[in-house]
Amino acid sequence: MGPLAPAGPGQSPGLPLRGEAFGGMVGEDGGEAGMQGLRFDAVELPRAAAEARARVRAFLRAERAAGHYAAHRNSWNSFDPAFSRRAGAAGFIGITWPSAYGGAEQSSLVRFVVTAEMLAAGAPCGAHWIADRQSGPQILRHGGERVKREILPRIAAGECFFAIGMSEPDSGSDLAAVRTRAVRDDAEWVINGAKIWTSNAHRAHYLIALTRTGEAGPDRHGGLTEFIIDLARPGVSVRPIHNLSGGHEFNEVVFQDYRVPDDMRVGAVGEGWRMVTSELAFERSGPDRFLSDYRLLVELIERLRGQDDPRSAEALGRLVAHLAALLRMSTAVAGLLDRGENPAVEAALVKDVGTQFEREIPEIARLLVSCEPSLEEDDRFAETLAHVTLHAPSFTLRGGTREILRGMIARGLGLR
Amino acid sequence: METQEISRILLDQADRLFAQHLTREARAAAETGAWPENLWQAVAAAGLPLAMVPETAGGAGLAPGDALRLVRRSGFHALPLPLAETMLGNALWVATGEKPLAQPVSFSATPPTGLRGAGDNAILDGDAGAVPWGDVAWLLVVAEDAAGGRHLALVAPPEAALPQRRNLAFEPRPKRHLAGVRPVALRPAPRLAAPGLRPLGAILRAQQMVGAMERALDYALLYANERQQFGRPIGKFQAVQHMLASAAGQFAAATAAADQALEAWGGADVEFAAALAKARVGEAAGKIAEIVHQVHGAMGFTQEHPLHFLTRRLWSWRDECGNEAEWQRVIGARVMQAGGEALWPMLAGA
Repeated sequence: MGPLAPAGPGQSPGLPLRGEAFGGMVGEDGGEAGMQGLRFDAVELPRAAAEARARVRAFLRAERAAGHYAAHRNSWNSFDPAFSRRAGAAGFIGITWPSAYGGAEQSSLVRFVVTAEMLAAGAPCGAHWIADRQSGPQILRHGGERVKREILPRIAAGECFFAIGMSEPDSGSDLAAVRTRAVRDDAEWVINGAKIWTSNAHRAHYLIALTRTGEAGPDRHGGLTEFIIDLARPGVSVRPIHNLSGGHEFNEVVFQDYRVPDDMRVGAVGEGWRMVTSELAFERSGPDRFLSDYRLLVELIERLRGQDDPRSAEALGRLVAHLAALLRMSTAVAGLLDRGENPAVEAALVKDVGTQFEREIPEIARLLVSCEPSLEEDDRFAETLAHVTLHAPSFTLRGGTREILRGMIARGLGLR
Repeated sequence: METQEISRILLDQADRLFAQHLTREARAAAETGAWPENLWQAVAAAGLPLAMVPETAGGAGLAPGDALRLVRRSGFHALPLPLAETMLGNALWVATGEKPLAQPVSFSATPPTGLRGAGDNAILDGDAGAVPWGDVAWLLVVAEDAAGGRHLALVAPPEAALPQRRNLAFEPRPKRHLAGVRPVALRPAPRLAAPGLRPLGAILRAQQMVGAMERALDYALLYANERQQFGRPIGKFQAVQHMLASAAGQFAAATAAADQALEAWGGADVEFAAALAKARVGEAAGKIAEIVHQVHGAMGFTQEHPLHFLTRRLWSWRDECGNEAEWQRVIGARVMQAGGEALWPMLAGA
């Protein structure tokens, strides 16, 4: 009897037991459906994480003392190769990788702590961010030996930067529709097509491109393969696309008979969809999904510091309560990734909740501190507010739109 | 056996016990305001009111985190009893060196009441506010004497019936006035009660809300997959999927906030942990209640469907022991005093 069946004479169903109601429900993504299936278990950070936290804080203090960066600027979208080289030399890139490839062989919880500290301190980590977060780990797990030996140590040294080659002009959220084609030619592949919204393609060394190498099949997920593209080689051109604030971060990347050796392939031929989805769990759950505009929150608190204003206290208290919960959720997903699991739904939840939080900060800040934001403003609050307001739309688009994520979450919850 | 496993077994037992006894008739009877003696006896026989009492004092000796997970399960089942209150009451009372109390115990979440006189002549002064099951339960209040010393006062149930007053879930919440009331016993306030009882109560309500949300969302998912309109389950519609995905995000954040509070129980800064939990969980409660009702349509607005046992509790509990705004101000005031750069170490660790 379902929970909606009215209680007839002599029947007293009460509330159905969880087991009765939800025993057989399994989500498409494999996890147990329903709220109980969500895994956000407490994670105890290893001692090495506390040590790393102290080291990275000391490093960042020294960076700021030397005048190397201004903390109120954008963090993981600030492209600063010199900072990345110093961070690499200090051992803060490729933390989880084997030492043979330049890594520090630490747990991904250590990496989680280091990256969160970088963002909280407003460090300009944009140059190495993609390579460290997803391209490097992807190459490490699925790349060939020559590529691993040549590329990973340079990433870890903060000297080699990556872009992401997933979206195409006609294939944004619908990633399975990619049309960039790679055709085999002996020991090489020949690529033709175009990628778009490719952040930093004009200043990165490589990108990993998702290409079509075969038939999509009935589930549309077949026939895709990933390749590492050397942006310095002939056959690939980069055209700037300026964003609404006039900034140049993303690009269109066009391939015309671009030839890539087979050993630059990442993962097996036809396995591209699986590559991309596992990569996205790393991309979606990290601290960059709720700390993008953390420095605006810091500047806001500084502006309200010492005031005795209940309205400001309420608004700030709400944001801090949200942030505390997000930090815990994101840490929990880092723990799952550390155990080798693929928490796709949990990662999507972190990104959905986290980016909503990011979008709220400027909207709340502007009502608590009366000012007219401007990029050409000496006042740090007004300048930061201007920068964040102009970039906020991207928070809930990049890495999978909010709507795509919610569809994924719904399927993971067992909605069929 | 691992502690985790013992805790798992106990929680499963409690689940079965609640499910077995919480018939529709039992729920309906409890909502009239009548004391559900049979239900209480079953829960007491399982030792649940003594869950937080150490084994040496005759209790189950659960770690606070596990005991608070039990409180969460009581919310999941919409248990119409002062179980959370009695667990807290016994933990506090035993911490003063006394034996656990055999009867249901409740607490006052108001600021400490006044205390005139000393020893056997001590008389309370003030108001306990709306007391959960205040007409049948023994009452613990923190009382402050003229010198600022804090005591835990045990007050007997009222001799005459109090005017009926229920919360939105029709749980008894009569108002109790304490002016001139002589406590049955007075003990120095234990360390657990140092921040007062309001933050502790806020943590209990946060746990209960997370439990109630979980079940309300389980109902909504079930309904969305079963209910057919336009020839397909309503869960196939993106509008419905997005509402539920958004609710799942609220639930995940609420769970995280409630989890940090149960880890902080008994620690140095329970007040801050309570504030983070009650502020975040309370906000999620309102949003989730709205969404689960929207998904259930008119069916969820009926007495027939059990959804209201959960949502009416969410609407009550989010306001009990301090609403979101109150606890947000506690957090905000602290952050505004410490400054922007102090926030990160406050959350991530020094």
